[in-house]
Amino acid sequence: MSTVKQDTRLRDILGTSALRPDGVAKVMGSFSFSSDMWAENMLWGATLRSPHPYARIISIDTTAALLISGVSAVITAQDVPGKATYGLISADQPVFASEFVRYMGEPVAAIAADHPETCRRALAAIIVNYEVLAPVVDPELAMLATTEQIHPDGNLIRHQKIICGDPQISGDITVEGHYTIGMQDQAFLGLEAAMAFPDSGGKGVELHIATQWLHEDRGQIAACLKLPEDNVRLVLGGVGGAFGAREDISLQVHCCLLALHTGRPIKMQYSREESFFGHVHRHPAKIWMKHHATKEGKIVKVESRMVFDGGAYTSTSPAVLINGITHTQGPYQCDNAVVDGYAVRTNNPPCGAMRGFGVVQACFAHESQMDKLAQACGLSPVEVRLINAMHTGDKLITGQAMESVAPVERCIRETDAIPMPEPLAANANVLEFPGGSGRTADRQNIVRGIGWGVSMKNLMYSEGFDDYATARCTLSNGIASLKFATSEVGQGFVTLAPQIARSVLGVDDVVFETSDTQIGSAGSTSASRQTWMSGGAVDGACRLVRERLFEHVGELHNIDPIRLMIEHTDVIDTIGTFRISVTEATQGITLSETFEHHHRKTEDLDANGQGNCHVAFAFVAHRAVVDVDIELGLVKVVQIATAQDVGRVLNPLSAIGQIEGGIAQGLGLAVMEEIIMDNGRVKNPSFTDYLLPTALDAPSVVAIMIEEPEPQAPLGAKGIGEPPCISVTPAIVAAIRAATGKALSRVPVRPQDICL
Amino acid sequence: MTVAVPLSLIEAFDELARTPDARLIQGGTDLMVEINFNHVKPVDVIALRRIKELRTWQVNSNNTITIGSGVPYQEMEVGQLKELLPALAEAARTVGSPQIRAAGTLGGNLGTCSPAGDGLPVLFALDAIVHLQSLKSSRDLSIHEFMLGVKRNARHTNEIITGVTVPVLDGWQGYAKVGVRNAMVISVASACLAVDKKNNSVRIALGAVGPTIIRCRDAESWLVQQLDLTSATSIDTTIAQEFGRRVALESKPIDDHRSTAEYRRHAVGVLAQRLITRAYTS
Ligand SMILES: Cc1cc2nc3c(=O)[nH]c(=O)nc-3n(C[C@H](O)[C@H](O)[C@H](O)COP(=O)(O)OP(=O)(O)OC[C@H]3O[C@@H](n4cnc5c(N)ncnc54)[C@H](O)[C@@H]3O)c2cc1C
Repeated sequence: MSTVKQDTRLRDILGTSALRPDGVAKVMGSFSFSSDMWAENMLWGATLRSPHPYARIISIDTTAALLISGVSAVITAQDVPGKATYGLISADQPVFASEFVRYMGEPVAAIAADHPETCRRALAAIIVNYEVLAPVVDPELAMLATTEQIHPDGNLIRHQKIICGDPQISGDITVEGHYTIGMQDQAFLGLEAAMAFPDSGGKGVELHIATQWLHEDRGQIAACLKLPEDNVRLVLGGVGGAFGAREDISLQVHCCLLALHTGRPIKMQYSREESFFGHVHRHPAKIWMKHHATKEGKIVKVESRMVFDGGAYTSTSPAVLINGITHTQGPYQCDNAVVDGYAVRTNNPPCGAMRGFGVVQACFAHESQMDKLAQACGLSPVEVRLINAMHTGDKLITGQAMESVAPVERCIRETDAIPMPEPLAANANVLEFPGGSGRTADRQNIVRGIGWGVSMKNLMYSEGFDDYATARCTLSNGIASLKFATSEVGQGFVTLAPQIARSVLGVDDVVFETSDTQIGSAGSTSASRQTWMSGGAVDGACRLVRERLFEHVGELHNIDPIRLMIEHTDVIDTIGTFRISVTEATQGITLSETFEHHHRKTEDLDANGQGNCHVAFAFVAHRAVVDVDIELGLVKVVQIATAQDVGRVLNPLSAIGQIEGGIAQGLGLAVMEEIIMDNGRVKNPSFTDYLLPTALDAPSVVAIMIEEPEPQAPLGAKGIGEPPCISVTPAIVAAIRAATGKALSRVPVRPQDICL
Repeated sequence: MTVAVPLSLIEAFDELARTPDARLIQGGTDLMVEINFNHVKPVDVIALRRIKELRTWQVNSNNTITIGSGVPYQEMEVGQLKELLPALAEAARTVGSPQIRAAGTLGGNLGTCSPAGDGLPVLFALDAIVHLQSLKSSRDLSIHEFMLGVKRNARHTNEIITGVTVPVLDGWQGYAKVGVRNAMVISVASACLAVDKKNNSVRIALGAVGPTIIRCRDAESWLVQQLDLTSATSIDTTIAQEFGRRVALESKPIDDHRSTAEYRRHAVGVLAQRLITRAYTS
């Protein structure tokens, strides 16, 4: 783990390692997560879920459940007053299944009762008669027109190709491979939870919810409830992590419906097991990729076919697919491309957003390919990547120009310059060996390997989407008050926003108003976008307030406002001696401004996958050093060296937190994290068997942050949330390949893939 | 649900005689998980945690050690217990996290009797005696008779496991466990090996590769014919390898979501080879 030197400057402005305002409470256990909410007179809500991946519902009998004392309501599809379905991109997912259940765990009914135990008994008393059907679980089969279509919208969610340059061109050298990416879970620690309060008279509802995007939830909920959006108020509950799993609706509509039905507050919370069925996962994917290159190793053309398994409902599959195919080239120059991408519906669990959003899958393939290319051309992994590194101004395979700062070469060179870890000492602690506390390995069983991964990741939403962010700043008596609907999911916006206000306004005291839907949208806390988007909105609102402050001071003291500026905590006259503290200058007045930050417009892709579809990009390089016990197939990741293109570091402590956390998540996908499916059934919905990295699995991380401010970004800072978890996965796998000589075309790499 | 908190064994026996269907709870690291998952819904619970007799261990005059069923793993990882029973110390270290090792016990491991329980291969390798007691009776069962199958054992419902007795052996011993991450993981395959120089014998017991812990008697007796276990100071690689191969043959693994039968069989072979090599290089 890294230690970040605390800044000795006293004010927590931009650039300092300001501490999280909720940090102590979270460590002490006193922070209120959404699952900690409680209300007088509340009832508990619970969900009945399908035990089958695919079945026809013949009948649902709720009579017995309703007779249980303590049960207040049992609701099914017929109790949904508005739209029967919801969804982020296409409203194809039922609030409750009515005719068919299409994945194991799909909600069929919900109940409200006086106690969780009553809920459990009532759920068991609902009799659902199913005609069990054979699930369609292979996306290759599912996409065929001859296969049973499991949804009225068909099994093919989206098909998109990219044709760029000369599709016929070939190179002196070709390398190709088939790659498989398993289903990863976001595995946030704070389980899904919400509390809904009905308005008296049932004309509206207030939902306190752990989510990534209050306004998007509100729109979908209101449509299902058949209420005007204004009558559905959402308030952000304490969120314990998200990683994409809180973008889709889970219990929101159920909770509100039960509150409106019973006229009482409803508390709902999932267990860990239910959580595995209650949210979308990372898309499993199968990717074929072929690179054509010159003898010298310069890429001539990339060809690929990508198939993403979207599971039963659309969620964000169309956008994930586009991210995947438009990142086929990785952070490398490439003039010619033929890419064919499919997002397919199956009876597997719905898949949607997860940190890295489609790029993780593409990156595992293109980075595995780069190593093959290096080998074919007699180059080192570093050389082949430097030869092909992308630069600002290059044209992407979508025809879009790379307008972002693109320090790919620098990322690679600075990573390469990071010292290698010491060789494993003869007397090293066995806990540091592969196998760790299991004491399986001896020194002589261990082989070290080194591998590389480099990636490019788009920032913000794409394809014409205007995911703007709104913020209001109110300044009075030296205190700045900020209001925004931005979801704090752990990423640190609650640290950053006051840093911005302090820097712009010269105040020290910054308070928050409630994050809710009583202000414009902030967009989602995803796509590495909130520092850029909501940061831009807070910065914009604070700047407007500062203008007003200068006008006010100027008028009072007869100075042209244009001459005024903020120095530390004072307003000063740049060409005079006048100085007044911001606190004094704002006594008895209130200045308030709201600002919307929009990123530049993007466009759809055309039939050939051409178009300026992305806003901006960030880059990162990873070098992994691993120790492998070849005979047992066990791995210890020793060190990850990384240089990341961050634009500008706004808070070093927060930044290193994102980098180390992302690396742990990418390590998880490389060697252990997988939802194991068996014919549509999830086999490991628990932390006993869905393994996340522990402290003994976490590598030492040596990180360099490359600061080349991004002109497009309001604060010069790029999003840093996703890049750390993307190319670290292929880097680790490459290192295992280097140690073992095995081809390893699938993640997670399992022990038997190495040693059998 | 009622919870009785007896302060002595006698009180606990009384309580158990009064409520014969009561569930015993020691560290709760298995039972509470079962309760949380709604797999069991006990009406009466007897908490053994306050019973001092169960939380002690002693070295007996006949060179054996008796460990109370309520001694937590963390005490086995250090001090005299670690010196006298190194394999148990290593097995204890592999259990869960520090929090789990502060609460979890051999009594609970035996009560649950999972083939993946990390204490059990050590008890099998050491031919442990399990002490069972009720208000009116007391009996000692060999561990081999105690464990009957996956999560099945020979305890009568009115009995409390009070402890286990194991010999202090002269000879190397160790434990190794394969899991897919480096800590806090359920065993995919494990092995405990103990050399008994005095009797010129070796014992090897396997975890998570069969319905019970498996003692590899054939491999053990084969090895005795290859090597003088009392005087040897090193072992041929080929012998160690063949020992591993023979151990693997005695395993009875299955495929499940944690691993494959093929990998588990392979892994116990590798572990056996490494453990016997460790025994004769240190
Ligand atoms: C996060 C986590 C990680 C874990 N990791 C491991 C691991 O790596 N390896 C491993 O082996 N186990 C592991 N376990 C399981 C558990 O910790 C062990 O099985 C432990 O030995 C149980 O001991 P306990 O005292 O907590 O048992 P309890 O939960 O108190 O009891 C377990 C069972 O034994 C019965 N019982 C308890 N005491 C007695 C007694 N004196 N007489 C008769 N019956 C009794 C109980 O009725 C119950 O059925 C883990 C558990 C958790 C929650």
